[in-house]
Amino acid sequence: MERTAPSRLDLFLGFAKIGLLGFGGVAPWARHIIVEERRWLDEREYASILGIGQVLPGPNTVNSAIIIGDRFHGTMGSTAAFLGIFCMPLLVLIGIALVYDRIADLPAVGVAIGAGAAAAAGLVIGTALKMARRLKFDVAAIAVGLAAFVSVGLLHVPMVWAIAVLGPISIAAV
Amino acid sequence: MSGLLEEIGATFGWLSLLQFGGTNAVVPEMHRQAVEVLHWMDGQTFANLFALAQLAPGPNVMIVSLIGWRVAGLAGLLVATFAMTVPPSLLAFAMSRLMKRAGTSKWLGIVKDGLVPLAIGMILASGWIMAASSNQGPLSIALTVAAAAFVAFTDYNLLWALGAAIALGLTVHRLVM
Repeated sequence: MERTAPSRLDLFLGFAKIGLLGFGGVAPWARHIIVEERRWLDEREYASILGIGQVLPGPNTVNSAIIIGDRFHGTMGSTAAFLGIFCMPLLVLIGIALVYDRIADLPAVGVAIGAGAAAAAGLVIGTALKMARRLKFDVAAIAVGLAAFVSVGLLHVPMVWAIAVLGPISIAAV
Repeated sequence: MSGLLEEIGATFGWLSLLQFGGTNAVVPEMHRQAVEVLHWMDGQTFANLFALAQLAPGPNVMIVSLIGWRVAGLAGLLVATFAMTVPPSLLAFAMSRLMKRAGTSKWLGIVKDGLVPLAIGMILASGWIMAASSNQGPLSIALTVAAAAFVAFTDYNLLWALGAAIALGLTVHRLVM
């Protein structure tokens, strides 16, 4: 697939779109826009940056935005990506905070939010499945991925412990 | 007022570097600080702000923006957001520079490749946790499964899945009521 290097403005606008559409979390949108829509990175490059973003403290998509921005345009690129991912959601959030008390009790709002939240969870799950499928994981990689999912998703092990234990295993095994 | 802003900045500044695996890792400690230690708000208010931050667009880290807003208005929102996002971002930037310097070294490639399945497993786990907390019955489960299949097997824009889910949810609600 042909890749396209973004300009600084592209970085800002792309991450602004990711932030604005990231209803329920930005991870599915970040992958969709960076890999599929704008083709700044291919699946494998994006996944490896996301892996680094995951083990550093902080939201992994924001960490990835910093690294992707730096990769294309250095300090200015990181700054553009960072401002992009936060500017629109902050404005929307202020808007919601201002009207929330007035609309929160409407039944239709609750129903819409509930349905949207259920679908947003599906977007996150589907994104993980799609990445695993496209990256053609071998048995060791599938085992590590499943171990991470079971420990954090089902057993509610704090992520920091899962990363501390599974990180070295994953690096050794994959 | 300025004392309050310093309190917000200091609290989120050190919490920011403990966000291993994402913001949700520090939500319990954030709750303890905001409700029990600093008495910024009661537990119900915290829970409402958390739900709102999950549903609003943008990274989930913006729970702190809402807390800052609640405690000290616009200045509080800006200080809280800045304190929670800038320290880890600087760390990510330093890491980015380290990786650039290492170039195409073999060990870096091994570490990067090794972390990919871990990251994907974590994304799957967070989706699962979101699904569990938003589950209000068979319709919720169906919407989650349908949206997951939509993403996994097609390349269409994700907004279709969200829009269809909300329309379907509202339609079913209207038919049942």
